[in-house]
Amino acid sequence: MNEDYRGILADGLWRNNVAFVQILALCPLMAVTTTATNGLGMGLATTGVLLASNVVIASCRDLISQEVRIPVFVLLIAALVSLADMAINAWLHELYKVLGLFIPLIVVNCSVLGRAEVFASKQPVLASAVDGLAMGLGYTAALMLLGGCREILGSATLFAHASLLLGDGFAFLETTLIPEYKGFLLMLLPPGGFLVLGFLLAGKRAAERRWEQRAAGRGKAATEVQQSPFTV
Amino acid sequence: MSMFPTSAPHAHAPDSVPRIMGLVLLAVAPATLYGIILFGWPALNLLLVTVLACLLCEAACLRLAGHAVRPFLLDGSALLTGVLLALSLPPWAPWWIGAVGGFFAIVIGKQVFGGIGQNIFNPAMLARVALLVSFPVEMTLWLEPHPLFSSHAPGVLEGLAITFGGIPNIDAVSGATILGRIRTELGMARELGQILPGHYQAGTAALGWTGGSLGETSDLLALFGGLWLLWRRVFTWHVPVAMLATVLVLAGGLHLLNPERFASPAVHLLSGGLMLGAFFIATDPVTSPTTKLGQLIFGAGCGAFVYIIRTWGGYPEGVAFAVVLMNAATPLIDHYVRPRIYGRTWRGRSRPVPEHAKRPPVGSGEAE
Repeated sequence: MNEDYRGILADGLWRNNVAFVQILALCPLMAVTTTATNGLGMGLATTGVLLASNVVIASCRDLISQEVRIPVFVLLIAALVSLADMAINAWLHELYKVLGLFIPLIVVNCSVLGRAEVFASKQPVLASAVDGLAMGLGYTAALMLLGGCREILGSATLFAHASLLLGDGFAFLETTLIPEYKGFLLMLLPPGGFLVLGFLLAGKRAAERRWEQRAAGRGKAATEVQQSPFTV
Repeated sequence: MSMFPTSAPHAHAPDSVPRIMGLVLLAVAPATLYGIILFGWPALNLLLVTVLACLLCEAACLRLAGHAVRPFLLDGSALLTGVLLALSLPPWAPWWIGAVGGFFAIVIGKQVFGGIGQNIFNPAMLARVALLVSFPVEMTLWLEPHPLFSSHAPGVLEGLAITFGGIPNIDAVSGATILGRIRTELGMARELGQILPGHYQAGTAALGWTGGSLGETSDLLALFGGLWLLWRRVFTWHVPVAMLATVLVLAGGLHLLNPERFASPAVHLLSGGLMLGAFFIATDPVTSPTTKLGQLIFGAGCGAFVYIIRTWGGYPEGVAFAVVLMNAATPLIDHYVRPRIYGRTWRGRSRPVPEHAKRPPVGSGEAE
């Protein structure tokens, strides 16, 4: 049982990462990842919705008939997204001003409905919760990585406006790498998002191939070749 | 089916990639030299930085991809991309413009698609567009000519300071290009009759004694280089003629309708990068259609976009945008404009065999 959860975690964080392997949810990915902070905020909001929707859908999976499952999922997810939208507007109003447009759009985020259909409608509540959390965190990490790369290249800062999201205690995160940087506008526009995503995908695949080769080299004597570094 | 080696005569193709690239480099050399003479040492520095960045990126990518580095690096394609990119840059741009541009052209414009012959967009123009969108200030710093060894030209050390030190030369006289001036002043509701006198003479514009990108100012040198390439059959006349004719017709027609609002065809043909683009950029065999009709459509599209962007668009000059846009349309053009297969109708069915040519069918077992 313990092994199963570890597998679910590894799937969400790396092996089946929403952004880098499933290539889902690209619309918010391109739109909000102009800074690492925006990526973090958007990722956490999505994680919350994913976790809640997976739990709710897994707990009523026996009540929902097969024929109407998609509309029911959409309604449940929409209700949860509305809650998240209002919560962020109330408690993180400054962040809401930046992300505002994209929070309601989590409802059409294909990864949320995707996890509901693929995982939560077939698995018990606890496993679904772990899956939602893992997928959300994996997506958050991807958003932050992408946002960080674009922010460094585009405006030479990192975690700008982090205090708006995390409170004044985290103002130390806000770094300016090159003062008086003129800005590389293309990186902040959607083409820059696609370019950085492409290079990150290439980097991930190159890293995986290297690990596989290394594991194969090491595992010549052993009988089994491990697939992923997370299950070693 | 068995395959036999075919017997003589064989068609011989002496044109290799290095030879073609060498010819194009030779053809573009006069315009390059003229640009360096016109804008002095900083222009030469920028050219060297851009070419070096292209070669370094090419070598690094080839290594990463596991290809042989030497033959591909020495085929001249990266060198030509670097030269064409440098020719499209403002001559006194800082070194990092050339370096970022070279990276963008080779890595993102060419190597991610699989290297030479695989790219969708013209690498040099893609890099120019990316630079223009990202660094509008540096990419629109146009200078009046500061010819080499003249009294107000920067010396070697000053040139290095301009390119690498980021020190703006306060003595330099900058000014809008003629296309930029037309755009700005038309925007202020002035008429061409008031704008052009004193700023524009067709003769100087054609010779290139004017502000602009490193290699775009002398349209006559670009034209001669292009015509020489045409004569050497490096490319056919279809793309450049279609492009220039479209601009001529559009500019001529609208100029006749309202000469105070629309500049004359001479202004359009002899300003900006049109000649350079028509002969050296749009004719890139990789990113333009393969059929003659397709090339005519491609050239006409480039010309139309150049005129539309110059006249109604957001930028004063649009050769790079026009070429990149039509590059994107090239697969579509190639899809719809296909040559008729020999012996078949346009729809691909076999053509009826004339009575006199009919023979008894050849048995399948006859050929071994």
